[in-house]
Amino acid sequence: MDAVTTASARIILICSGKGGVGKTTLTANLGVALARLGKTVAVLDADFGLRNLDLLLGLENRIIYTAQEVLAETCRLDQALVKHKQQPNLALLPAGNPRMLEWLTPEDMQTIARLLAERSDYVLIDAPAGIEQGFKNAAAAAREAIVITTPEVSAVRDADRVIGLLSTMDVKPVQLVLNRVRPKMMANQEMLAVDDVTDILALPLLGLVQEDERVIISTNRGEPLTLEDNPSPAGQAYLNIARRLCGEDIPLIDPSKQRHGLRARLLNKLRKTTGLF
Amino acid sequence: MTVLDFINRLLGREKPSGTMARQRLQLVLAHDRSDLNPELLEQMRREILEVVQRYVEIDIESCDVSLETEDRVTALLANLPIKRTREFPLPIGSGKPGGPDTGAKESAASLDNAAENPEAGTASPPATAVTPGADALQDGSAAERGETSAASQP
Ligand SMILES: Nc1ncnc2c1ncn2[C@@H]1O[C@H](COP(=O)(O)OP(=O)(O)OP(=O)(O)O)[C@@H](O)[C@H]1O
Ligand SMILES: [Mg+2]
Repeated sequence: MDAVTTASARIILICSGKGGVGKTTLTANLGVALARLGKTVAVLDADFGLRNLDLLLGLENRIIYTAQEVLAETCRLDQALVKHKQQPNLALLPAGNPRMLEWLTPEDMQTIARLLAERSDYVLIDAPAGIEQGFKNAAAAAREAIVITTPEVSAVRDADRVIGLLSTMDVKPVQLVLNRVRPKMMANQEMLAVDDVTDILALPLLGLVQEDERVIISTNRGEPLTLEDNPSPAGQAYLNIARRLCGEDIPLIDPSKQRHGLRARLLNKLRKTTGLF
Repeated sequence: MTVLDFINRLLGREKPSGTMARQRLQLVLAHDRSDLNPELLEQMRREILEVVQRYVEIDIESCDVSLETEDRVTALLANLPIKRTREFPLPIGSGKPGGPDTGAKESAASLDNAAENPEAGTASPPATAVTPGADALQDGSAAERGETSAASQP
């Protein structure tokens, strides 16, 4: 496969295998966060079948052209790109018609990514769920990847399949984001622990995002959490992920190790004093 | 978690579901990653037992041949408790395929042997074989890891 070789832009695939684990939410929040850090960012909706990135960014009413017209050369790239209102450093290239899936090739995606890379520091590609052609097209255009999963058996298993596929392509590094972490359940060992997931998938951990109802509110509004100055826990986590991507050394704190609940505290104390379990 | 769950947990009566999730995942991923279908795995298991039985008498009932995975390296682990070693290896093809039926006959036969030949029947440690997955071949440390995990007995 022809690697995309333009400038020094980082072209990052955001993928998961299993659907609905938070790819699009991460892409939108990361796009805004990177723009706030002064980077020029293009986000590409590669989920042609079920596009949503426009909605999460609140840009759905401003779409005129899509990736389809850009590829057909019936419009210029800058005509199709939709600039974000508050963060003009961030632009969205919307997904084309679902029928594009019938003819779109990995080379087409590489062409689009190359065009975006010419004018950006970061190109984020929101991949479709699954491991079929749509995913492979999106992956062909990427240089590195973020795999996002939740601490659940089915999501981790599907993430493993995607990591296996990425290891056969020229995509490096591949980093992990663990989403929808519930610290209390983890502390009570009623959920896969952070270490369980990172050990099993054997990927470096880029970020931990807690379960946070503010994510739903922000989706309703079409305003990513990272637009806020004092973001909620999930918003802060997305900001930290952006900073780590830029090379800043932000420590990762496992929220389940900061024990709050009475039972968790008791269990912890017993564990320490008895050394039994 | 209810208070009853909590008490059960403290008394070690019940495994937390997070631990179960980890164990189930490790098992299913070992199979996903090896891409061996269950039929082939079973055939391989039978052939391995056949070869081993030419050299030693093993306790078929408690034999365990399984896939394990760690750090994206998949290993085949065989834990085959030895009843006693044979003085001379049996000729090729004479090892009996492992199955509950033949296993029962085998142990009956070995009891007879033990009566005739008491000094041969000393307890031996389980034989353990480790075959690292393809990924492990370039990685010596992976094979070492496989060996240490093989040393732990069921
Ligand atoms: N940290 C979180 N806390 C609470 N809800 C979340 C969190 N992350 C994602 N969600 C919710 O999960 C749902 C799926 O999120 P999202 O659309 O980002 O997933 P996706 O992986 O892009 O899905 P698809 O595979 O369909 O493209 C959304 O309703 C979103 O609001
Ligand atoms: Mg999505």
